[in-house]
Amino acid sequence: MKLFKIRGGVHPHDNKHLAAGQAIEDLPMPALLHIPLQQHIGAPAKPAVRRGQHVAKGELLALSQGVISAPVHAPTSGRVMGVGSYPAHHASGLSVRTVTLKPDGEDRWSDEIQGVSDPFALTPEEIAARVAAAGIVGMGGATFPSAVKLNLRTRYRLHTLVINGAECEPYLTCDDRLMREHAEDVVDGVRIMAHALGVDRIIIAIENNKPEAQAAMALAASVDSRIRIARLPTRYPMGSEKHLVQALTGRETPARGLTADIGVVVHNGATAFAVHEALRLGRPLVSRVVTVSGGAVSRPRNLRVPLGARVQDLLEHCGGFAQPPAQLISGGPMMGQPLPSTRVPMVKGSNGVLALTTAEVTRQEPMPCIRCATCVQACPCGLVPLDMAAHTRAGDLDGAVSLGLMDCIGCGSCAYVCPAHIPLVQYFNYAKGEMAARGRAKQKMTETKRLAEQRTARMEAIKQAKREAMAKRKREAAAKKAAEATATDAAVMTPGAAAEPPVTAAEA
Amino acid sequence: MQIETPASSAGPFAHARTSVQRTMALVMLALLPATLFGFWQFGWPAVFLFFATIGTALLAESACLKLAGKPQRLYLLDGSALLAGWLLAVSLPPWAPWWIGAIGAVIAVVVAKHVFGGLGQNLFNPAMVARVALLISFPLEMTNYVQPMPLFSADAPGFLQSVGISLGQPGFDAISGATLLSHVRTELSQGMSLSEIIPGMAHLVSGAVGTIAGSMGETSALLILLGGLFLLAKRVITWHTPVAMIGSLAILATLMNLYDPEHYAGALYHIVSGATLLVAFFIATDPVTSPVSKMGQIIFGAGCGVLVYVIRTWAGYPEGVAFAILLMNACTPMIDHYIRPRVYGRDRRGTPIEYADNAEMRK
Repeated sequence: MKLFKIRGGVHPHDNKHLAAGQAIEDLPMPALLHIPLQQHIGAPAKPAVRRGQHVAKGELLALSQGVISAPVHAPTSGRVMGVGSYPAHHASGLSVRTVTLKPDGEDRWSDEIQGVSDPFALTPEEIAARVAAAGIVGMGGATFPSAVKLNLRTRYRLHTLVINGAECEPYLTCDDRLMREHAEDVVDGVRIMAHALGVDRIIIAIENNKPEAQAAMALAASVDSRIRIARLPTRYPMGSEKHLVQALTGRETPARGLTADIGVVVHNGATAFAVHEALRLGRPLVSRVVTVSGGAVSRPRNLRVPLGARVQDLLEHCGGFAQPPAQLISGGPMMGQPLPSTRVPMVKGSNGVLALTTAEVTRQEPMPCIRCATCVQACPCGLVPLDMAAHTRAGDLDGAVSLGLMDCIGCGSCAYVCPAHIPLVQYFNYAKGEMAARGRAKQKMTETKRLAEQRTARMEAIKQAKREAMAKRKREAAAKKAAEATATDAAVMTPGAAAEPPVTAAEA
Repeated sequence: MQIETPASSAGPFAHARTSVQRTMALVMLALLPATLFGFWQFGWPAVFLFFATIGTALLAESACLKLAGKPQRLYLLDGSALLAGWLLAVSLPPWAPWWIGAIGAVIAVVVAKHVFGGLGQNLFNPAMVARVALLISFPLEMTNYVQPMPLFSADAPGFLQSVGISLGQPGFDAISGATLLSHVRTELSQGMSLSEIIPGMAHLVSGAVGTIAGSMGETSALLILLGGLFLLAKRVITWHTPVAMIGSLAILATLMNLYDPEHYAGALYHIVSGATLLVAFFIATDPVTSPVSKMGQIIFGAGCGVLVYVIRTWAGYPEGVAFAILLMNACTPMIDHYIRPRVYGRDRRGTPIEYADNAEMRK
């Protein structure tokens, strides 16, 4: 199909050969699973199990909280050891609420797990509800609850579903392997999602460095004439949702908008697979395929891991380290997050665990910017990273924002090509974080002000009410007195007494 | 087995094989053919001047780094001082005494670069600042050109004689020769017509090959073009600045030539003579002092071309590239302020794109 040009981008060495040839294998069940209750964007799930409780595989561990949230299910059968806090799968290494599960070794599915024989007979609402109940989130790493995206049809006139199989991050091959080995299941999930979205165009987009996946998906997709396969040029960040849509439709997503604004919804291939499993087999999202790779890993592999397995369990299965790693990363090397330790558990959004050597990371001392504008050429968003970084460095965050900081997708293309090795992404992340903190502080201030004003108004109202009550009583008292006085006057004929106000008593 | 690696810094955890040193080294490599050709054409005095210039540049850099408290090794090896000295040296008259190069290097490195804050901070191109300062301060030495006398040829000065020339001692009988630009300018001012001054096409050929009087590394247009194409191929520079500069110069020259061929030379004359190509590929593309956007670079290059033509044709100096560059350098911050790439999802003015068939269902 016809493709459109996107701006900028870089061509990092993809290093996919390390793991691309390895078929997906199951990780042996670890001795303990640590299942965080926050594996998605939005509100954390609320625990639904108690310590000591026995759960079957697929049983609900925690309930979805609110509109943007997702439930969490048991990745295997076993006993709940506790609901406590455990280091998160996050660069900070901070702890989050986590269910610790001791597998019983039976890996027995819950009896309530039941699929639908014909998902196409369901209404879009029912499909979305099942996807939500299965705890499916965007598995490309964004971890946005998928059901929310499936419900976009109520607010947007959608016409196209794009399946993002670009996998433009170097090293990662989990989507590649999934599309090769489970092409029919992925296509089935895609068709179910298309049915839920009510769209009549489906594009499965795969980069040209995955010819086997392209072939497998093309074959599997031949069952549905609406599906087209887009063969994308290999370029980072082709898998960025907005850029992918531009490459496919020629249209840019409006700034601060969604691809839905131009009628397109993008889902990841692995998400489609999860939807297939949830609808056909009734299985919630309890495992995912993860690429374990990097020059420091003895045997790079693509593993199907139960959620909650520790990074360490994966690395041990891959033969440990061939050499001491310079950097441990969750995700790809371009946008992945550094992992603080190998203790942290795998979550729904983790597509890769990379252990990179010093030679692979090629980190150097930063030099001053020589304004070479390589970053300007590389930026897929049309920004001037060197200016944004200079403003951030000088503490002028508002200046950085006016230069387009909030339009930055954080892809790292600029930092990748910078000859001065300036950590541009670090600057932008700092600036974005700081702006968010300022936003929160400002919101807190307005909220405090609002509450204070409300309180003042309330107190004022109470006082007012008191005053009125008082005045009323006075009036009544006066009236009473007057009445009495009139009665007395009538008796003793002294009219001056009624004019005496009874205020003094009230004032005292 | 529990491994902890630094988690403090953000990605990416991969990097293209680039560095400031590599960029500078590639530029120097591109300059090498024209420089070696200059050595051969103008002999030992040119070699001495060259090394006096870059040597002083490095010393000055080292002194400034010490004053600024910056690490010597990292910054001396980045190649920026070396390159500034190199670019200055190739733009000097090849037989100029050594102290011309030395003073120029001090001006370039100290005044034009470190006073502004060092690498990446300077507003003006250091080599061109030095060239202009020298031209104004030492007009005699800076306009004293010689005819090429290839190294080891019969007329060429020997090693010791060359030392004398470099030290500024009179004695060696050089055949001094004006550059094509100043020759043509002088003759034109005396009422001659172009067809009398430079009959035929011979001057274009010698200008392209480089067998003419001129600055050390500027004479051979072809070798400089070769270096420029190398930089383009290596993606150290983009085509925007050089094409815009040469293009605007060529268009102006062609128009004026059509208007009056006897007083206004054609495009090729302007391109092969003087420092046009050296400046277009090596100086105007100086990243620090030129705009960052493609459109900005086109405007910058076109401005340089126009100014070069205007100064050469109507102003007081036969060669105007250095002034043109400095004037456009001064415009760079303004160009960068107003000319920016369009941001994804926004129109030119920065408001989010709105489609007529927006898919959102508004109530």
